[in-house]
Amino acid sequence: MRRAQIRPAIPERSEDPRVEVALTVNGQPVRRTVSVRMLLSDFLRHELGLTGTHVGCEHGVCGCCTVHIGGKAGRSCLTLAVQANGFEVRTIEDVAGEDGILHPIQQAFKECHALQCGFCTPGMVMNILSRFQEPEPLDLSEDGIRDMLSGNLCRCTGYINIIAAVRRAAELLGRE
Amino acid sequence: MKPPLFAYRAPTTLDEAIKFMAGNADAMVLAGGQSLMPAMNFRLANPSMLVDIQHVEGLTGITIESGRIVIKAMTRHRELELNADVRRANPLIAETMAHVAHIPIRNRGTVVGSLCHADPSAEMPLMFVLLDGMLVAKGSNGTRHIPAQQFFQSFLTTARKQDEIVVEAHLPVLPSGAGWAFDEVTRRHGDYALVGVGCVLELEDGRAKGVRLAACGIADRPIRLGAAESALNGTTLASGDLDAAVWTTADAVTQTDDMNTSASFRRRVLGTLIRRLVHTAALRAQNRSRP
Repeated sequence: MRRAQIRPAIPERSEDPRVEVALTVNGQPVRRTVSVRMLLSDFLRHELGLTGTHVGCEHGVCGCCTVHIGGKAGRSCLTLAVQANGFEVRTIEDVAGEDGILHPIQQAFKECHALQCGFCTPGMVMNILSRFQEPEPLDLSEDGIRDMLSGNLCRCTGYINIIAAVRRAAELLGRE
Repeated sequence: MKPPLFAYRAPTTLDEAIKFMAGNADAMVLAGGQSLMPAMNFRLANPSMLVDIQHVEGLTGITIESGRIVIKAMTRHRELELNADVRRANPLIAETMAHVAHIPIRNRGTVVGSLCHADPSAEMPLMFVLLDGMLVAKGSNGTRHIPAQQFFQSFLTTARKQDEIVVEAHLPVLPSGAGWAFDEVTRRHGDYALVGVGCVLELEDGRAKGVRLAACGIADRPIRLGAAESALNGTTLASGDLDAAVWTTADAVTQTDDMNTSASFRRRVLGTLIRRLVHTAALRAQNRSRP
């Protein structure tokens, strides 16, 4: 049996069929040519350098990669970049003001100490923001908030402070 | 956890989409992708081609006409859940939808996509079997109307032919005096059901009629519990009647022990849910029939 040979360098560009994708990200039109199988999460992080969108499980369970697609929260790991063609995508980078002033939801997370390592936070904020933007009345009971957060896993906080932050955010945004 | 390679097509007309499906035996339809993309990321699904139907004309919207709720192929779960007319016409739908995964998933996933995926633990296939829903499939040889009971054939297997695209799904409006209930037991909030049960019934002079019961998570497809329905029709839904109905479902659980739970636990959950949900549905039927 021969020993394994060192293989030549892997090509820098994959040989996958490529497709042109044009969408709006955080208000800016972007156009890239990417592999058909590129996930929206990888598109945001690797093509656009927007690394605020985190990647955890890549099968839709952890919620870290949640962004807004067409104005509603969705999993960027369960969406192909090419599926977002023509859509408006909004990521965590667009939530705070340009001057660095935090969005009330972010402010509430800070005040309530609703994050420790912060890995899940971008997905949490994008999910909560999407719910606050829906015209539907919000259920701000303990159960209602837990249901709201059920698609986002946090392994640090035990959720208590995140629930408090959602209530605080509702106060700050006048949604009681 | 990245999907395997595939050819991508984004047709704008249904005829084009059907042609792509007909011309490629391993092609799959991509709608919301909330079941298909995880399956591909896990490499459980490996389609040679994805036919993305989101740009196909005429596949969006919900209408209610002559007692039927018509759900087009690209209708997202959340749209159906929040539709005020649908809530009035059939309150069971919103109650069931609240158990379908999480809101960010419901924002993207489609109702028809969930039906075509045909997971035997999923809530939407159960609701279509419970209410005798109908699927409309268009293919190279024209249009077929497929009753939900015949559509779901086995684990992830439906009566849809390769060259067909399900363009609509129909659910009936609930009869005006009918009570309804859905609930499920899961390992975690938002997961697929270990067992889920739906119930619809009407009351006439304190006796049940038109009882419908169906369950998911107990077999290779959603199951109508016909024997339990017969056992309850015409009764006053006393605890002895419920015992008799639950007794008939002893053999309905054919799902074997798996990594989630045991068959015997599913059997017990099924019985418990039937008792609770028949009770809830009866209370609601009473409230609705009060002037």
